[in-house]
Amino acid sequence: MPDWDPSQPILEIDHLSISFFTRLREIPAVMDFSCTVMAGEAMGLVGESGCGKSTVALAVMRELGKTGRITGGSIRFKGRDLTRMSDEELRHIRGSEIAMIYQEPMASLNPAMKIGAQLAEVPMIHSGMPKDEAWKLARQIVADVRLPDPDRIIHSYPHQLSGGQQQRIVIAMALMAKPALLILDEPTTALDVTVEAGIVDLVKELGEKYGTSMLFISHNLGLVLDVCDRICVMYSGEAVETGSVTEVFDKMRHPYTQALFRSIPLPGADKNARPLISIPGNFPLPHERPPGCNFGPRCDYFQKGRCDAADVPMFPVPGDDRHETRCLRWQEIDWDAPPAKRDVKERAPIGRVVLKMQDLKKYYAVSTGAFGGGARKVVKANETLSFEAHEGETLAIVGESGCGKSTFAKVLMGLETATSGSIMLFDENVQSTPIQKRNTDTVSSVQMVFQNPFDTLNPSMTVGRQIIRALEIFKYGKSDAERHQRMLELLDLVKLPRAFADRMPRQLSGGQKQRVGIARAFAGGAKVVVADEPVSALDVSVQAAVTDLLMDIQRENRTTLLFISHDLSIVRYLSDRVMVMYLGHVMEMGTTDQVFSPPYHPYTEALLSAVPIADTHVTRKRIVLEGDIPSAMNPPPGCPFQTRCRWKSQVPGGLCEREVPPVQTLAEGHQIKCHLSREVLATMEPVIRIAAE
Amino acid sequence: MLIFILRRLGLMLLTAFVLTFIVFYLTNLPPNLEKLARSEGSVRMTDESVAAWIEQNGHGGSVLLRYGQWLGVVPGWTRVDDKGVPRGRCFAAGTDPTAAPRYCGILQGNWGHSTFFRGPVLPNLAEKLSATGWLMLWVMIVMIPSSLIIGVVAGMREGSRTDRVLSTFSIATTATPEYVSGVILVALLASPVTGLSPLLADWGLIEGKVLFQGAASPDRITFWSFTLPVMTIALYGIGYIARMTRASMTEVMTAQYIRTARLKGASFRQVVLKHALRNALIAPFTVIMLQFPWLLNGVVIVETLFNYKGFGWTLVQAAGNNDINLLLGCSVVAVFVVLVTQLISDIGYVFLNPRIRLS
Amino acid sequence: MEDLTYTAILGRVIAQFLPVWIALVVTFAVSIAFKRRLGLYGKLFDSPVGMIGFGIVMFWVFTALLADHIITFDPYLQISGMKNKPMGTVLANAAEGQYSHFLFGGDHLARDVFSRMVMGAREVLKIAPAATLFAFMVGITLGLPAGYFGGRLDTGLSFLANLVLAFPVILLFYLLVTPEIRQTGIPVVLAALLFLFPIIFLTVLLNARFFTDPMKRNLYVGAVLIIGAWAYSGLAFNADPLGVWTMSPNMLNVFVSVVFVNAPTVFRIVRGIVMDLKSRDYVAAGQTRGEGPWYIMLWEILPNARGPLIVDFCLRIGYTTILLGTLGFFGLGVAPDSPDWGSTIDDGRKTLSMFPHAALVPALALMSLVLGLNLLADGLREESLRD
Repeated sequence: MPDWDPSQPILEIDHLSISFFTRLREIPAVMDFSCTVMAGEAMGLVGESGCGKSTVALAVMRELGKTGRITGGSIRFKGRDLTRMSDEELRHIRGSEIAMIYQEPMASLNPAMKIGAQLAEVPMIHSGMPKDEAWKLARQIVADVRLPDPDRIIHSYPHQLSGGQQQRIVIAMALMAKPALLILDEPTTALDVTVEAGIVDLVKELGEKYGTSMLFISHNLGLVLDVCDRICVMYSGEAVETGSVTEVFDKMRHPYTQALFRSIPLPGADKNARPLISIPGNFPLPHERPPGCNFGPRCDYFQKGRCDAADVPMFPVPGDDRHETRCLRWQEIDWDAPPAKRDVKERAPIGRVVLKMQDLKKYYAVSTGAFGGGARKVVKANETLSFEAHEGETLAIVGESGCGKSTFAKVLMGLETATSGSIMLFDENVQSTPIQKRNTDTVSSVQMVFQNPFDTLNPSMTVGRQIIRALEIFKYGKSDAERHQRMLELLDLVKLPRAFADRMPRQLSGGQKQRVGIARAFAGGAKVVVADEPVSALDVSVQAAVTDLLMDIQRENRTTLLFISHDLSIVRYLSDRVMVMYLGHVMEMGTTDQVFSPPYHPYTEALLSAVPIADTHVTRKRIVLEGDIPSAMNPPPGCPFQTRCRWKSQVPGGLCEREVPPVQTLAEGHQIKCHLSREVLATMEPVIRIAAE
Repeated sequence: MLIFILRRLGLMLLTAFVLTFIVFYLTNLPPNLEKLARSEGSVRMTDESVAAWIEQNGHGGSVLLRYGQWLGVVPGWTRVDDKGVPRGRCFAAGTDPTAAPRYCGILQGNWGHSTFFRGPVLPNLAEKLSATGWLMLWVMIVMIPSSLIIGVVAGMREGSRTDRVLSTFSIATTATPEYVSGVILVALLASPVTGLSPLLADWGLIEGKVLFQGAASPDRITFWSFTLPVMTIALYGIGYIARMTRASMTEVMTAQYIRTARLKGASFRQVVLKHALRNALIAPFTVIMLQFPWLLNGVVIVETLFNYKGFGWTLVQAAGNNDINLLLGCSVVAVFVVLVTQLISDIGYVFLNPRIRLS
Repeated sequence: MEDLTYTAILGRVIAQFLPVWIALVVTFAVSIAFKRRLGLYGKLFDSPVGMIGFGIVMFWVFTALLADHIITFDPYLQISGMKNKPMGTVLANAAEGQYSHFLFGGDHLARDVFSRMVMGAREVLKIAPAATLFAFMVGITLGLPAGYFGGRLDTGLSFLANLVLAFPVILLFYLLVTPEIRQTGIPVVLAALLFLFPIIFLTVLLNARFFTDPMKRNLYVGAVLIIGAWAYSGLAFNADPLGVWTMSPNMLNVFVSVVFVNAPTVFRIVRGIVMDLKSRDYVAAGQTRGEGPWYIMLWEILPNARGPLIVDFCLRIGYTTILLGTLGFFGLGVAPDSPDWGSTIDDGRKTLSMFPHAALVPALALMSLVLGLNLLADGLREESLRD
């Protein structure tokens, strides 16, 4: 397109509205959305699920499906209106001028086509490049996205690659035609944090190398800070605030942006002294939006008769570069005032030991090979796990996929029996007692909160019925009436209205379902609760509310909480002690302060560095790990982390490759499994530094 | 891969043994044998003489032993009857027993004597089987391409008018068993009094009284005689396979990698032919293979309906005339066909699907 | 009196079905009025395809129920001079109070094709839904543990299921549905085995749910066992002391064979769904609070598998109808003069090219019923996916 002037915006979305049409009604998904992306700029689109950010991205690609339609506004790409283009014109732009990178790399690649063929197709379609030339280009781009052994990779099928490699292939595919605009729709959500860090670096680097503009969609504010120059915050189908990243992060001018930042755990937040503030209420459904400001009902600064009077337009914030906010009262609010209601809570005392694991091992025998034949292999899901947990304590178990944290939970619950070692639960050894053989007291005192809110409740049973069933099983109460009463009290406990007892799970939001799951877990007065990533599938604003609820119940009942998570920010916020796991081994264990400050285990160091933090005052040392997490089926010899460890050269004699490191105790209660000498460990620097305000 | 095939083969052999034993047991039930005795001997035999006849002709003793003999892993029975003539499984009465082999079961190629054909089972069955083979060949030629095309075209754009029309057609044909569609087709196209034929004859467009023939014979395979039986069998299968193909195609068309292909700028044609088709055809392949047991049903019905003397017709005659050896032979063939197609379907599925093949 | 024209035949047939039309209108009016409160059944009335299918199916259900008021002649009555007469033929000398015409003509034994078709609906609907239900009980009771526990149990049961599925259906029928086999008592043994499953299913179902409350459990399980044993003695062994539950040996043979053929497919479907659902968190939640495996299978997993199972149930009734027709077509297990559709098609096909109506009428009836069931299943599938 020769008539486009590079000083003009590459993408200009102007008052865009999108609706989906169902049999019953029109559902507006995006209203009055405007944003501009200049050449070489990276624009972040942030918001909670259902806010319409992906819809905007798909609208740019004109890929809204049969039911979606653009009902107003324009999308100009290099000055040409995409909304008015014919299918044929669009086809020439898709893939060559605008390319997209998706959330789930596995699903985005054709399972029956070789990687090379899928890559080579792009230039063959758009510039009619001959096949062998296109394959050569594919090979070169695969090398560009830093995949090892590109010749082998272009001749393999998607399922033969790991998740991180697949995502690199999707990126390579997007770069095949050197597009001017790259749309990334939550490109790292499905990946582990240490893998995510590598992808993020790659995207940034390639963006600079090719001068590509980016539209980066994410729910993770920290990631946006890492990648983008500008940001647009969306809420319920509207852009509420837009501006440069630093301005929006440091001088936000919209109540929603402010509430969002107050609800995410940043370094410095503390569950007792400075608890998170969750946003009250629920995200409005698309057809039940309030009049006037969409955020009104949940806003602390809401003024009746003014905020709900008419639709709110965007106001420019003077002085700043293209900073706009959709708030009527932005000039009246004192943005630097500390939050009004921050109730400081008392630190719960930590009591006696309730759970003690000693040298726990869990091995699985699996048969390899797809057809049932092949050699039988032993997967070491947990290797010599020893720790104790106290009453009223929160012990966080941190690790990425394949680290053995779920197996550990299963063994503790009695769904699997350990291969060896002992589990002492209130002075009773339950190591080899499967759950059917445990007595009701033991079963009801160890309960679990599950990860996926959409899966945790039986979809065909009412909420009340599910809680009552737990009470029945735990032999609570003498009559149905008594149990019903208790069920209502449990709903009170998790701050749900009593009317929810008769609802079906599908009528509840994700956060509400998770609360029911918590109520069910505490039905028998659980003493030890295993929370397996209880908030990772929830939106940030809901996360804060659910974690606070867990903390409150814990404080009241003096419950021992085993909090399994991969998210170090939330772990730092709520846990007393932390256990870091990698491929079945405990790499490091200690109090939260000990683990989060040097000396670190090399893996903890990398993990800390990989987690994006949404705070402009924080500087992180970048440590990007090479490659992917090895498969638990085929772990490396010696130290499990040695394949990716940047400190390996500091250990003489290749010890890391030969022997599993011993456990060293660095300080009282702080132990790491590493060959590094104390002297070397002492030289480690903190990964995270918080600049003085 | 080799281990996989060997395991499947082993399982298939086990299944074959169990199945043939069940068939053997069910065809050699005492009442069947008594009926056989009465039809071979005389209708007015006393119960004692029936028992004696059964004993004399090697149908006495344990079922397992007789199954072994029939299979050819146990030596065939021999005895000397009241008249002093040596009789045995492996030789005709009156011939020299020492010259006969010890084992003579189906493994040795001895499928027994058919009372219905009044001759050995094997050559008769082979002849009928080849007649059915021709029928099936044409059924396949008609059925597979048309059903796949219908399924793919319908599933390509879910919810479009083409899809609705083709889906309705598929549902209608799956609701029509062969004995219904056969009757309707004959009434419509091969009856001198109703349907199209009298009209066409009136207008002088056809020479005979009917457009298509309502009966078929393996000796004279013509378009006019074969159309109706082939269509009758194929129609049911077309609907079924087309629905499977459509389901598979619609699923693939909503897959994310199809969106990827579209957003790469591939045209609809390229998306369908290059990306969707191969993935969409993996599932129907299995279905087509597993259709064989049902096609066998269709064959039996259609051959009865059109009086086509093939395998299905033989099966009906064998069952109707209590011809135990023939029925056993038919069963062996049927079971064999079913198991082999299952094996092909399993292996083919693995080959078509790189996700399984290379893991 | 003269022979009727086609229009007149149509008019008279519609009039003859009057009770069915009334019942249909009432059913539809009530259902549509309350459709928002009727769950999946109510949603069916949002889908045109589903409504058409439901209409056709209910047409035949009401026809079967009200057959006595619809038929114009006794379906077994032979009237001289009416052999192979075409549609709408007037009776030569109708007796007092007798219907004046053979609406759909006469068959090769001079019986009224119309009345036989109507009565045929009753024959089919007497067996098909019940046999399908039994097949589901068997398939579910075995498929749940196979999918849930896996391992040896699964391998063994799957092998058995595949064994039955590897039999071409017709061959199985020729082996299983014969007068000779009835002499040996094999059908009774099979019935004794298969009819146990519903009792086991219900007992386990109620026990798993109510074992925490022994009073209720004893009441419910006791009731199931008593009624079950009573029905069981009558249906399987024809030994009901009160004579309420009974089944003729012929029918038992057909019934058992049809259940036997259908159960393995249901088994496979259930097993597949269970393998998919058992990894859900609510199943794990049940396990971690110490629920027994049967509670989890029957109360946590099965209710969530109901969508595909209901759809398959409709399809399978259609399939069973086809199987029953096949049996009739080959004259297996039915009385020679039975009016069921399969046998009438078989009777009619011998004179097919000259007098097609005798075979065509039951053929179209059978086709429409199966089509209705398929459309109903399609509508249900569409609506259950729409949640």
